[in-house]
Amino acid sequence: MAGLATVFGSGAMTNSIPEIENNDLLFVIGSNTKENHPIIALRMIQAVRKGAKLIIADPRRVPLVRFAHLWLQHKPGTDVALLNSIAHVIVKEGLIKKEFIETHTEGFNEEFLKNLEEYTPEAGERITGVPKEKIIEAARLYAKAERAGIYYTMGITQHSHGTDNVFAIANLALLTGNLGKESAGVNPLRGQNNVQGSTDMGCSPNTYPGYQKVTIPAIKKKFEDLWGVRLPEKEGLTASEMLFEAEAGRLKAMYIMGENPVLSDPDTGHTVKALKELEFLVVQDIFLSETAAIADVVLPATCFAEKDGTFTNTERRVQRIRKAVAPPGEAKDDIWIINEISRRLGYNMNYAHPEEIWNEIGMAWPAVAGITYSRLERGGIQWPCPTIDHPGTPYLFKGGFPRGKGAFTVIKYKPSCEEPDLDYPFILTTGRMLFQYHTGTMTRRVKAIEALYHEPYVEINPEDALDLGIRNGDTVKVSSRRGSIVLKAMVTKRPERGVVFIPFHFREAAANMLTNSKALDPLCKIPELKVTTVNIEKFKED
Amino acid sequence: MIKVKIDGKEYRVKPGITILQVARENDIYIPTLCDDPRLEPYGGCRLCIVQIKGMPRPVTACTTPVTDGMEITTTNEYIEGLRKTIVELILSDHPNDCMVCEKAGDCSLQELAYFYGIRTNPYYGERRRYTTKDNNPFIERDMEKCILCGKCVRVCSEVQGVGAIEIAYRGFTAKVTPPFEKDLNCEFCGQCVSICPTGALMGKSSLGKGRQKDVKKIETVCPYCGCGCNMTLHVLRNEVIRVSSRPDNFHEGWLCVKGRFGFEFINSPDRLKRPLIRVKPRDKNSKELPVPDLNDFREASWDEALDLIANKLREIKDKYGPDAIAGLSSARCTNEENYIFQKFFRAVIGTNNIDHCARY
Amino acid sequence: MNKHIEIKVCTGTGGIAAGGLEVLERFQTCIEQAGLKAKTLTGCLTHRVGCRGLCARDVLVDVIIDDQKFTYQYIKPDMVERIVEEHIINGNPVSEWLVTEDYLSFYNKQQKVVLAMCGEIDPEDIESYISHQGYRAIEKVIKGMSPEEVIDEIKRSGLRGRGGAGFPTGLKWEMARNAPGDEKYIICNADEGDPGAFMDRAVIEGNPHAVIEGMLIGGYAIGAKRGYVYIRAEYPLAVERLKKAIEQARHKGYLGERIFGTDFGFDIKIKLGAGAFVCGEETALIASIEGKRGMPRAKPPFPVQKGLFGKPTVINNVETLANIPSIIIKGADWFASFGTEKSKGTKIFALTGKVKNTGLIEVPLGITLREIIYEIGGGIEGDRRLKAVQTGGPSGGCIPASMIDIPVDYESLARAGSIMGSGGMIILDETDCMVNVAKYFLQFTQSESCGKCVPCRIGTKRLLEILERITSGRGKEEDLKKLEKLSNDIKASSLCGLGQTAPNPVLSTLQYFRDEYEAHIFEKRCPAGVCRDLLTYTILEEFCKGCGMCLKVCPSGAIIGEKKKPHKIIPEVCIKCGACFEVCKFKAIKRG
Repeated sequence: MAGLATVFGSGAMTNSIPEIENNDLLFVIGSNTKENHPIIALRMIQAVRKGAKLIIADPRRVPLVRFAHLWLQHKPGTDVALLNSIAHVIVKEGLIKKEFIETHTEGFNEEFLKNLEEYTPEAGERITGVPKEKIIEAARLYAKAERAGIYYTMGITQHSHGTDNVFAIANLALLTGNLGKESAGVNPLRGQNNVQGSTDMGCSPNTYPGYQKVTIPAIKKKFEDLWGVRLPEKEGLTASEMLFEAEAGRLKAMYIMGENPVLSDPDTGHTVKALKELEFLVVQDIFLSETAAIADVVLPATCFAEKDGTFTNTERRVQRIRKAVAPPGEAKDDIWIINEISRRLGYNMNYAHPEEIWNEIGMAWPAVAGITYSRLERGGIQWPCPTIDHPGTPYLFKGGFPRGKGAFTVIKYKPSCEEPDLDYPFILTTGRMLFQYHTGTMTRRVKAIEALYHEPYVEINPEDALDLGIRNGDTVKVSSRRGSIVLKAMVTKRPERGVVFIPFHFREAAANMLTNSKALDPLCKIPELKVTTVNIEKFKED
Repeated sequence: MIKVKIDGKEYRVKPGITILQVARENDIYIPTLCDDPRLEPYGGCRLCIVQIKGMPRPVTACTTPVTDGMEITTTNEYIEGLRKTIVELILSDHPNDCMVCEKAGDCSLQELAYFYGIRTNPYYGERRRYTTKDNNPFIERDMEKCILCGKCVRVCSEVQGVGAIEIAYRGFTAKVTPPFEKDLNCEFCGQCVSICPTGALMGKSSLGKGRQKDVKKIETVCPYCGCGCNMTLHVLRNEVIRVSSRPDNFHEGWLCVKGRFGFEFINSPDRLKRPLIRVKPRDKNSKELPVPDLNDFREASWDEALDLIANKLREIKDKYGPDAIAGLSSARCTNEENYIFQKFFRAVIGTNNIDHCARY
Repeated sequence: MNKHIEIKVCTGTGGIAAGGLEVLERFQTCIEQAGLKAKTLTGCLTHRVGCRGLCARDVLVDVIIDDQKFTYQYIKPDMVERIVEEHIINGNPVSEWLVTEDYLSFYNKQQKVVLAMCGEIDPEDIESYISHQGYRAIEKVIKGMSPEEVIDEIKRSGLRGRGGAGFPTGLKWEMARNAPGDEKYIICNADEGDPGAFMDRAVIEGNPHAVIEGMLIGGYAIGAKRGYVYIRAEYPLAVERLKKAIEQARHKGYLGERIFGTDFGFDIKIKLGAGAFVCGEETALIASIEGKRGMPRAKPPFPVQKGLFGKPTVINNVETLANIPSIIIKGADWFASFGTEKSKGTKIFALTGKVKNTGLIEVPLGITLREIIYEIGGGIEGDRRLKAVQTGGPSGGCIPASMIDIPVDYESLARAGSIMGSGGMIILDETDCMVNVAKYFLQFTQSESCGKCVPCRIGTKRLLEILERITSGRGKEEDLKKLEKLSNDIKASSLCGLGQTAPNPVLSTLQYFRDEYEAHIFEKRCPAGVCRDLLTYTILEEFCKGCGMCLKVCPSGAIIGEKKKPHKIIPEVCIKCGACFEVCKFKAIKRG
């Protein structure tokens, strides 16, 4: 997000889901789309059926590979090397779009080109493990396409150099002019129903709603006027920083609304310790989650079917959700709860209906000013939509970039924080599977899903399994520098040798007991969940 | 644009589209059981047969592209007679147990039987009987009700890219089945359930929970991943009993297993129903994964819980300043909730210590 | 000393089944032992050859000594020694084993164009084909004719598709040639599936190179670089000979890149069908080659527009393709000199049923059914009365005896309520029940329906059930109307040719033999004495000698009686198997 915002001036999917079908090339990197964005994957399959070429870069043989023309199985954490060597080929073979670069970009200079020099296909092969022929083919396919779309998710961002990965992706799009037109662009696929919305709404330590920086006085003034109070000046803490501050005893209270960081955040031991250090912890949720289990006060909230409001999906489409059933017991929606606490703290929030809040959001952020509840009755609208007669914006940057010109970035490959060694010889990468969702609070309460997919597992390459004397279905112990978990081995060719995968849904063997909370991307503070070194051994009961 | 004549009336239409598409665009009714605009034309049920001037035999509207000057008859006694025979033939190999069928009221075959007023059937004989049941936990497959329209097979392969089922056997014994008649084992997206015109494919978690009568349908958005699929909640007596999705939305009505079948949590007995206040002190030394246990808490009234929170927050703010308090918001909550949550932290608490989980 | 000795042994599927390979081997051993090779000028050659038609008399052996040919019939391995000794060494043919007069009359009215080389050349030796002008046609085409000229020649010849529908071959090629696209295919449809038909099998087994050469010419004409032969896996010998032939043709440079040193390249792949009758339908065949379930799709688009892998595709039947080389070599006019105005050339039929000579025949189109039955077929077995001729297999119909003077051509057969079809011809006599015949074909089409469309899947099932009711004595008056209406509805609304023609056996028998249906329904009687449920067996006291044979064979113990006194059948116990009827030497059992 922050990466894209830096180079383009806005950080969201540049295109919309229906446009995928008309891509003539799809470059999917670090995204297990068929399992994590199933409906977007359907559009990709349609595109392939219509003749588009599909390139997938992923350390695992993800299900979408079945439809791919080219699969680049790079080592986890080597994305920059892969992307830079693709850029190298594009430049070397003269496949760049000169006119686009001249009119719409900046930073295409000596330094940029010089940096790319060293990322020859051979160097790319050495670092990533992808044969150089495939790197060259990928470069040619991508650069020669008319409407090439790049799609990525956490496989790109959850690294200590996640922003670099995003910059390297943006460079490719800028080199080839695959931006600002239909069915061509750079598309981070958001992992949760309203990630887009919660960032849009300013639930970030450095921005108010609409990505308006808290550090810019004029903007602060605007919000002070709107809300009728004085506002703090300095940026706040990111989620990962909050936990460090809590652990250090400097942060005293936390209020967690609808989150389960104990399972979802890296290094569970650290998270638990930090939260327990707090003087006061409020958790507001629909279930007694692992995080709620250590709260001082737990508030029963309503789920999506019990309330009105809007979600914004990954393609910036604001859509209405509607109350279908009454909440259980005395559960209350979050708005009522916040209203009540605010009132008790002496600030009057008397929103009677979410629509009133939405109208206020429109005043705070011009890009959604044209979206109203009554318009939403006829279907979702994609922001930017500044006026009531604006149709919404299926794809971004039609006339240029918000920051003026798209910026090339000089990016160097940096290894991940942890690299395999004798004690921890395997790279663990974590993620989701199709059937379970996130920390499982919802899906693990669906009987049919639990009937088939209730068991945690670790994917191990058959050759590694053979070396370790592990057979499919054996119980194994996976350990990292932070902890260990015991779970079933799934021997499969999905990961390559030396790489293992664990879905993080299962509390019985919580993958985040192993991951590292200290390896953060310097800009976004995203933890390196995709590269953790681990050791695996056959489990013996003591 | 080319000109075609349908039932004597002239239409200007795009070349290359099928007769059925033209009919749909112009609200001319042609019955069909096997066509879906989102799938490749199939021509299996034969109900959409029409007559074209100059052609020796009737053709199917779903598979025949229009050509300039084509004169089409969509209905007359002969065509309707053929269609009625087809419906009669289907009904002659159907359980016809609409009284207890899940699909009653939403069944295309039932509608056609009604439309053609079929009370007695001239055709009768052997009916397919299947004794084995598919034991997958998601989808009830009652193949005696299957009319072999092939929609499930096509959606699974053309749209979902899975191909978990195919028609096996020949003749009267033809049957849609997973390989080797094993239990269905697939992505369980339920696209097949959504597209089945009869009661052959139903969501298991919805069985017996209510059909069409008194069911309220509420349009909303899926609470899982970021695709933002539109879904219709079918609600009966304050319970979500089924989820569907309209084919005219931006994702053409397709859902995944979580969206279509993952709604049971709403009515889970584990749902929190009253505010809870901790009674058992936290074990600060343990870094183990906490085990949720209601016995660590006591139930409290809203007033008590809210007062406690307000007092505690005020106390900490007064003592350590606003930056000693932080909020984590949720990518699962609405825009409005996120907005006022950050507003609460900035305007009420007075800190920018507000973040959300988009990073994980 | 003889100049030249040649021995040709039939090793088609029929010949092999009768022991053809053993016969051939015995000849080789005997010749070896007798040292005959040294005693001739050009050697003593033994050949395996393909089917020559009269399979009922296999193993057929030609012995040719200095251009003098003698044909032996019913030859078993142990008969070989005598032939070698008496005929080949001593020059006295074994007259009692030679073919008889009627063997020759079997061939008199035939006209061999496609089958001309079957039975003459060795199908496993490309040189044998080449020595009979093989691959001269493709050479002529590549070196001296434009694709348009080839198409024109085929069009002028009047050749029509021999798979059954009779679409003009030249026109089909022209449509494919004119279809846009640079990738095109030609497919040889060898998925012969009509019960009792084996024309295509015989052609491939007997002369596979003619099919290959036909495909080459077709490929050249339409602009295809690749051809497929879709052949049923139940034809192992044909598959093997075709494989060998393709390999030999590749080796010789007739298949592959730069054929005859030109830019033209062409190759052939064999795809085995898995025994689904419907895969003979061209769109189902295409689906099957593409790896999908063999189910037809609606036309248009036709395969010549959008066929295999979405590319323009010509699908020709084996016999059609095997005609092509002769047309090119001998000219369109020569070909058109056979046949009638609209149906040119010859047609192969698999003649079966109640005629004396059953087997494979090739006749000029326009010949009458009477000539086929009484001259080639030698008349009805046991000189019983002819009842009908069934042509066109499950898609065809029954032509009554009163109409056997009609000429055999596409239009006449269609007018008579049947079709030319791929070449099945079943002769039915007074002992055949026409309702039962219709039921038989419906059983076939119903179990071979792909299940895609409702009228075919359920409609033919209901038709069959009505016929079953009628033949078991449960037919009702309304069933006749129902049969007619349902048949017509199925014809009108089915997706592909299988369903559209499946009711033909019912409709044509209803048209010509309604009285038989009525006898079943109203009198509960099967006039031909075929439908078991309607039969009663009684013992005629005046003829019964009380020999006890019937009592002995009766499986249900339904016959009682004392030795030497007339026996009796207890109707309640009788299961109507007919064993007593068969075994009685005194014609004392009455069936009716």
